[in-house]
Amino acid sequence: MDHFIDLTLSGLSSGAVYAALALSLVIIYQATRVVNFAQPALALISVYIAYAVSQATGSYWLGFGAALASGLVLGAATERLLIRPVHGRSPLSAIIVTLGLLLVLQGLAGMIWSNEPHSFAYPLGFRGRFSASDWFALGSVGAAALLLFALYRFTPLGLRMRAAAFHPEAARLSGVRVGLMLTTGWAIASVIGALAGMLAAPPFIFPNVMDAVFIYAIAAAVVGGLENPFGALAGGMLLGLCLSYVSGYAGPELTTLAALAILVLVLSIRPDGLFSRPTARKV
Amino acid sequence: MVSLRNHESTGRGEDAPRTPAPSAADRWRALPALVRFPLAAAAAFVAVVALTFVTGPTADLRLGSVGYYMLAIAGLQLLIGYSGQVSLGHGAFMFIGAYTMALLVLNVPALPLWANMLVTVAVACVAGVLVGAATARLHGPYLAGATLALAVGLPSLTVRFPELLGGSNGLAFSTRGAPAALAGVVTTSQWQAAAVWLTTLVGLVLLATISAGRLGRRMRALRDDESAAALAGIPVGRTKVAAFVISAACGGLAGAGQAYLLGTATPSSFTVTLSLSLLAALVLGGLGSMWGAFLGAVALVYVEVWVEDLAHVLTLGTNVSNNLPIVFFGVLLILVILIRPDGLHGMFRSLADLVRRGRRPAEPAPARSRTPSTARE
Repeated sequence: MDHFIDLTLSGLSSGAVYAALALSLVIIYQATRVVNFAQPALALISVYIAYAVSQATGSYWLGFGAALASGLVLGAATERLLIRPVHGRSPLSAIIVTLGLLLVLQGLAGMIWSNEPHSFAYPLGFRGRFSASDWFALGSVGAAALLLFALYRFTPLGLRMRAAAFHPEAARLSGVRVGLMLTTGWAIASVIGALAGMLAAPPFIFPNVMDAVFIYAIAAAVVGGLENPFGALAGGMLLGLCLSYVSGYAGPELTTLAALAILVLVLSIRPDGLFSRPTARKV
Repeated sequence: MVSLRNHESTGRGEDAPRTPAPSAADRWRALPALVRFPLAAAAAFVAVVALTFVTGPTADLRLGSVGYYMLAIAGLQLLIGYSGQVSLGHGAFMFIGAYTMALLVLNVPALPLWANMLVTVAVACVAGVLVGAATARLHGPYLAGATLALAVGLPSLTVRFPELLGGSNGLAFSTRGAPAALAGVVTTSQWQAAAVWLTTLVGLVLLATISAGRLGRRMRALRDDESAAALAGIPVGRTKVAAFVISAACGGLAGAGQAYLLGTATPSSFTVTLSLSLLAALVLGGLGSMWGAFLGAVALVYVEVWVEDLAHVLTLGTNVSNNLPIVFFGVLLILVILIRPDGLHGMFRSLADLVRRGRRPAEPAPARSRTPSTARE
């Protein structure tokens, strides 16, 4: 029973990380219909910047701020420079551009900081059953989700962003700068991605540190339905718990395959994810 | 009448009128597919074998690598370029192929190479049916995500079953090499490269025949408009699974070729980066044409070699030179999509048109029609 509780608690804190990264994928998918396969690499660069800042200043929290700020810039720049030129082309174009960016950024990280792992600090204490860092993970992701909800629901900016995502033509006619709104969406998503990276990286950072997390995040986003931010959060927590049990009872090597199994199982029952309304395909 | 020839990269059929008298190339194209593909493959095989007589063992190994990568990329071409399903996990099928090959050599040493290859194809087909059937209802990003998870998850099985699969060190084995009759004539590396290429070419002939036939037409119909294809009576699910199985078989055979060439199967050779590199090479070579697979495979093997040489010449640090190929590939991938979405194959084809006709191929840009071809980029 104790083992079960331990697994549940660790599943919750890792689920928060998957939920955050899944949320960043969903925000981008909602805005631009692109699955950003470069998201783990953008987060990786942010985390390396945090590492560099923390090393230089000795303060974890300055590094944390630097990670979020760099996430903002990286996300906006990616949308402006790489995604917008392929907008309106086949979906494969956008997928391939983000994959190319993934390769470039992972390679650059290896060039600058080497492929060897560096030790990377936890935000708070990490010892004990449900450590301060676990609380921080749950709390910060929850806060990010709430802020995002408030932004979308209650602010004029959020209204414009929703309009730009769902009815770009109508929004443009009513004076919304659609392009700017899409860039903003990418920037916000990448900030959340950077947060996920900061939570996922410890105890070590190396160029492939985000790979597995990204697989779980994409599984979470897809399970929840790529259209739905709440689905991403729920999918992330669900996946965190399931994978924690699989890891604890069946072996940690099987977690990725378990994620795949959950993905296929859910999608064979609901092809558009658990929390999205099924839509008719146009003929 | 100007002979218009859009450089269509999708193989949607050429119905544009062509006025010049039939050239050798046109007469070649008029041959039936069942004659043309084996002839081309035989010519390619002779060329490869001839090439191995003038090169050394290292070059033979690289030549063999081009062969198996080409097979894997051509399989991916059928899946992505023809049927429109994006797989980011084709390294998983190479993994299956490589380990099947290694296990066969280690546990059933009496079996000849061709039998190993056939068993590998069978195993990869079974895996392809399983994955394809499970993912047939997924499309676009959903399929991409699922296949990516497969590519990451499958190699971790080696850690789960260390006695059978050798853990993270993988399996090492030695093959018999050239048969006794050829012992004095060809070296082991020559034999290996030729065997891999023979497998590849047989696979390619089958692939080309399939994609030129009814199944290929069905796949292209599916890619262009799934709903319309379904209305026209094409069994959508079955065609998708068929495409998946064929491309999985190619991936498995490619993995077997790699294991045979290197004498090892290790989980670290089947990372996500491999799967992404296959896709990158495909896009680089050109989506929708089998020539693209060849160009992509050449790029995949030799770009790495050249970049390593370059790093050596420029005496770059190990961090930089280790990561230079991957950065190079990423940049190339982005540039190709932004500048030339039809890839190297499309680029070569418009160059060929240029040479053949002595003028630029007609394009909807008449104002620039007299600028030389170098102004393209």
